[in-house]
Amino acid sequence: MTQDLLVYVVFIAYAVGMLMSFGTVLTWVERKQAAVMSDRIGANRAYIRIPFTKVKLIWLGLFHGIADGIKMLMKEDFKPRTYDALAYAVAPWVVFTPVLLVFAVVPFGGMLDPGRLFPALADWFGGRTYPMQIARLDAGLLVVFAFSGLTIIGTMLAGWSSDNKFSMLGGVRAGSQMISYELVMGLTVLGLILVFGTLDLDAIVRQQSGVVLGFLPAWGVVYQPFAAVLFLTAAIAENKRIPFDLPEAESELIAGYYTEYSAMKMGLFMFAEFIEIAIIGALFTTLFLGGYNLPYMNDAGFSWPDGSTWAMSHGAVVVTQLVVFLAKVMVVCSFQILIRWSLPRFRYDQVLAFSWKFLLPLALANLTVTALLVWAQKAGGQG
Amino acid sequence: MTPYKRKSYWNEPGLTLWERAYLPEILRGLAITSGVFLRNMGRWMTGRKGALTTYYPEETRADYAPRNRGKHVLTQRPDGKPQCIACNMCATVCPAKVIEIEAGYDPTDTAHPKFPVRFEIDYSRCVFCGLCVEACPEDAIRMAKEVPGLPAEDRHQMWLTMDEMLHWQPQSDVAKPYAAAGAARAPVAGKHPGSPT
Repeated sequence: MTQDLLVYVVFIAYAVGMLMSFGTVLTWVERKQAAVMSDRIGANRAYIRIPFTKVKLIWLGLFHGIADGIKMLMKEDFKPRTYDALAYAVAPWVVFTPVLLVFAVVPFGGMLDPGRLFPALADWFGGRTYPMQIARLDAGLLVVFAFSGLTIIGTMLAGWSSDNKFSMLGGVRAGSQMISYELVMGLTVLGLILVFGTLDLDAIVRQQSGVVLGFLPAWGVVYQPFAAVLFLTAAIAENKRIPFDLPEAESELIAGYYTEYSAMKMGLFMFAEFIEIAIIGALFTTLFLGGYNLPYMNDAGFSWPDGSTWAMSHGAVVVTQLVVFLAKVMVVCSFQILIRWSLPRFRYDQVLAFSWKFLLPLALANLTVTALLVWAQKAGGQG
Repeated sequence: MTPYKRKSYWNEPGLTLWERAYLPEILRGLAITSGVFLRNMGRWMTGRKGALTTYYPEETRADYAPRNRGKHVLTQRPDGKPQCIACNMCATVCPAKVIEIEAGYDPTDTAHPKFPVRFEIDYSRCVFCGLCVEACPEDAIRMAKEVPGLPAEDRHQMWLTMDEMLHWQPQSDVAKPYAAAGAARAPVAGKHPGSPT
């Protein structure tokens, strides 16, 4: 019992620490990547001076995130004279908390056997193994959608309780847009569920370490390339970033639903947005890119398509899986930032038309074709 | 009243079917931006500069106009003293009132007994009009093609002192040729060796 507690406290600390560092580092990555994409240098003036010396640590402007945090903490916490102060105060947390909670069901590593990792503790652990995931739920994917659906409430609360017309327009836009794209996201994932036959994210990852067509890694993106594109599109729209940043379109709505927020409350919205980039990256990695495994890799090592296997020690496997997961998430995050700095914003009617008239039919078609193929395969297997 | 009829042009803006399909054009855009990103990253990684930005106080642009006159210099006598006789003509003509001169008296130098003790220019207010150069009867102040190191923490640090302006020691191109150039000139510590002419 104590062992379980210890292991899960470590997991939770790792996951929360990882998300927080992703949130901070992504602000830097976004700035720098945007700068490099547009022939600029990017923010690089913030520094930390080592006390009592003249050594300034600049580290390519990595400390700008800290400077932002300090700025947001020091700013005046403006409160509008609203009729619903409670909702106003609660809204940033309603946006921020579910974003963190989504990660509870995302596996960030394979099966952990602490006894094998630390032989000194083998007796104490007594052969217990833990999947590297905070909560292993059979309905993991449903939990993801349940929690990411909650953020709609937060944005609408923020827009409604700010007592500002721009905020309210932003909230309404956020609501309509997020509900539309939530639907598309769910439908694209349905095809994947049909293929893998489970909602358990860890089981989905395990199935992706196999081989399909003899040589391709059995990743979700190989089974469902179409769904992968649709999912990423819908997920970016869900995160309300350019080209789908209608709810906060600054040229039209000042800052949309968080116009009236300042200081760290506004920081929470921003932070939630950046963490959600990482969450989207983690989900996309888990569902479509083989999760924490390299191609052909499983908890025992590599098993190549030609039948040969490479055994790896448990420690090596755990470290590889943790690092590979982080690397894949980072790549997907970087791709999202690439999209954000390449595309112009949609018009409001285009956003909704794009969702209902373009993505939704495509998602339905994808689902139908997948269902037919899965059915044909099942029937072929029986006959 | 006839309803308004929109005029149609021969080059009416519109999208072709390919452009309206959206996805290929999006992919093309992403290819362009990621291509620029990879090119610049490659330059940074190989130690070259992957940006067009001039990293300003540390770097200055190389492409200032040849006629740019951005910094005041005080010409010197062969012995290294400023040619200035502290007559205050430049300070008087200066439209921005940025020149401050404090005169001193040197009885040993009979030719030029009056000399500047302090000669300072406030670069936060200077308009670089060059009137001081025109006003000077002694050709003591000129403007060089350099750019002053302007960035400072506050405006009181943007004063250029006499020491910073006295680094210009041309051996040619002076109105009053030096009598014994080089031989009589004492080397002055802290002066830039390669000064522009």
